[in-house]
Amino acid sequence: MSAAANGRTPHAFGTSTTSPYWMGKRTSELLRIATAGSVDDGKSTLIGRLLHDTKSIFEDQMEHVVQTSERRGDGYVNLALLTDGLRAEREQGITIDVAYRYFATPRRKFIVADTPGHEQYTRNMVTGASTADVSIVLVDARKGVSTQTRRHAYIASLLRIPHLVVCVNKMDLVNYDENVFYEILEQMTDWMARLQVPDITFIPISALNGDNVVDRSDRMQWYGAAPLLYHLEHVVIAPDRNLQDVRFPVQWVIRPMSEEHHDYRGYGGQVAGGVLRPGSEVVVLPSGRSTTVASIDTFGGALDSAFPTMSVALRLTDQIDISRGDMIVSPEDQPVASRELDAMLCWMSERPLAPRGKYTIKHTTRSARAIVEQIEYQVDINTLEHEPATQLGLNEIGRVQLRCSAPLILDPYSRNRSTGSFILIDESTNDTVAAGMVLNAR
Amino acid sequence: MTPAHYELSHLETLEAESVHIFREVAAELERPVLLFSGGKDSIILLRLAEKAFRPGRFPFPIMHVDTGHNFPEVIEFRDRIAAQLGERLIVAHVQDSIDAGRVAEETGPRASRNRLQTTTLLDAIAEHGFDAAFGGARRDEERARAKERVFSFRDDFGQWDPKNQRPELWSLYNGRIRKGEHVRVFPISNWTELDVWQYIATERLEVPSIYFSHEREVFARDGMLYAHNQFMELIEGEVPFTESVRYRTVGDMTCTGAVRSSATTLEAVVTEIAATRITERGETRADDRVTEAAMEDRKREGYF
Repeated sequence: MSAAANGRTPHAFGTSTTSPYWMGKRTSELLRIATAGSVDDGKSTLIGRLLHDTKSIFEDQMEHVVQTSERRGDGYVNLALLTDGLRAEREQGITIDVAYRYFATPRRKFIVADTPGHEQYTRNMVTGASTADVSIVLVDARKGVSTQTRRHAYIASLLRIPHLVVCVNKMDLVNYDENVFYEILEQMTDWMARLQVPDITFIPISALNGDNVVDRSDRMQWYGAAPLLYHLEHVVIAPDRNLQDVRFPVQWVIRPMSEEHHDYRGYGGQVAGGVLRPGSEVVVLPSGRSTTVASIDTFGGALDSAFPTMSVALRLTDQIDISRGDMIVSPEDQPVASRELDAMLCWMSERPLAPRGKYTIKHTTRSARAIVEQIEYQVDINTLEHEPATQLGLNEIGRVQLRCSAPLILDPYSRNRSTGSFILIDESTNDTVAAGMVLNAR
Repeated sequence: MTPAHYELSHLETLEAESVHIFREVAAELERPVLLFSGGKDSIILLRLAEKAFRPGRFPFPIMHVDTGHNFPEVIEFRDRIAAQLGERLIVAHVQDSIDAGRVAEETGPRASRNRLQTTTLLDAIAEHGFDAAFGGARRDEERARAKERVFSFRDDFGQWDPKNQRPELWSLYNGRIRKGEHVRVFPISNWTELDVWQYIATERLEVPSIYFSHEREVFARDGMLYAHNQFMELIEGEVPFTESVRYRTVGDMTCTGAVRSSATTLEAVVTEIAATRITERGETRADDRVTEAAMEDRKREGYF
């Protein structure tokens, strides 16, 4: 094929181009799933089943798994080997990190952040959960709701994953008995009342036999609802993003200063909330100056609207001094610019957090120095009890008060997962040491 | 308008995430560079950089590590695309590393410069003082890559420590480094091979001609088809023949295999990829077959 026949289309910036044929028909949406659990739960079997039944495991990958399982003497095809990519993981038969798996159906593309479920991997679970739309929690039908199940559900609620799917697994080992399923459903529902999860779905499955994973099970006629994959394909996620309050953290100022674009000044960023249109009135924080959106630019041409999670460049009608770290917001329901805040922290470093510790805080596109003024309490993630604490160790979660060297433009995490989240960085090691969720500005 | 209208397709979502990553690196690191191989993944990186920074110029140069054993079609493509974009292209030559005695050429019929590239790459990063290097690696490609961060820290020896990676939360990337260290940044970590081809079709991007079916003189080795070329000695019993093939990946001629194919258009390639039952690296890359953890081992040393 000649180069001309599939030629790179010359794009004139700022002029509207016709939609490429592919974009014309809607392709599919992207759904991010977080799973947590250990081999005992059948989590690997479940993921293996989803990948296998959606034809997402390639022959050479499967061959590799079969051969390695045989060589190790596993005695079965160990699907965990699909995700355990590192030498140490295969040697020790453990999962030490977040693995990302990809599969697709005609309706959706799925990204699975697969994390180990034990308490010492809480930080990995938090990492996997931070961007997830759906969390899958597994319960062993024989054992009922365990400490580990509760911990996973707590992390899903702490990270505000909007949809939780509780898979009651190994139903084959309890004769597909509906009483077992409903008992677990009740136990879990009671306990979940203490957490804030907007949408919970319970599905009885056998990952091993494929019951209610991809296809509806004949052996559980009493269960009237859809199997897992159908649920994942249809759960509605678009309204989970905050479409009310405009939030546009400025990332990068585009100033070509070329002949052709001499006066061009565009503010590049990713929409973190709300819907912007040309003509929208906006306020720039922290200065508080008001202006109007002149145009929403992309490489492919100007747009009529921008909404989460689009990356665009905004041009504004007034010449205002705006730089990285500023935020363009709607005049109503503005975020609060504050140096002081209350937050939940998940500690991720071997070196514990001590009160008065100083760190770099990174929030949206803004960084500052932060000091932890006080640890109010630590959460026992198994019982949800609040305990007094003088420090937070690796994998521990607690509520803290922070004071920063410069104002941050804050929303509660419950209102916006982008403008309500932050990380702490240890200034001596440059390591990311904590994940933070804003409760409120003070 | 109902909220249902505010939906993005999976490609739009992936694109927005990648553009965000490009802008973060440009804003937070001093001297980034974009590693360009001429392959499909780095072609996507160029388009994403246009989406992130136009009508401005790229706030970084493009760099190619040239083994000297590349497909001529790809080298021609590289030079033309860089000129078309009007961006600065740096070429680091493995031959220069050999001439300077930094690395020794492998010998024999299975000799390859694939591994030597690491030294050339790390030397070039040090010479230019780059503190961030964009690469087109994807997590669906390979087991070790499935575990790698978007911002992947390299120590002052260029090494990756897979057991000691920084947690990566939300879209808050930590690019803090000391002098001499750098980060490898993978903006298309979450894209699959099919996503890449769908995007190429959507954006009507030009790719080197070897990605499409063509007649080529090839020979069979280790279950793969290699181009019969001046850099590879034939082993006894290997007989070149002409076959209708295309490439699924673009690497060095000495370690990249071709696949039998009749796909001559982008649409035909997308269809072929959607139906394939073998991974791209499994089908076409000899460099991953050395040991079970071949990629992990090379990455630890500072490979792409």
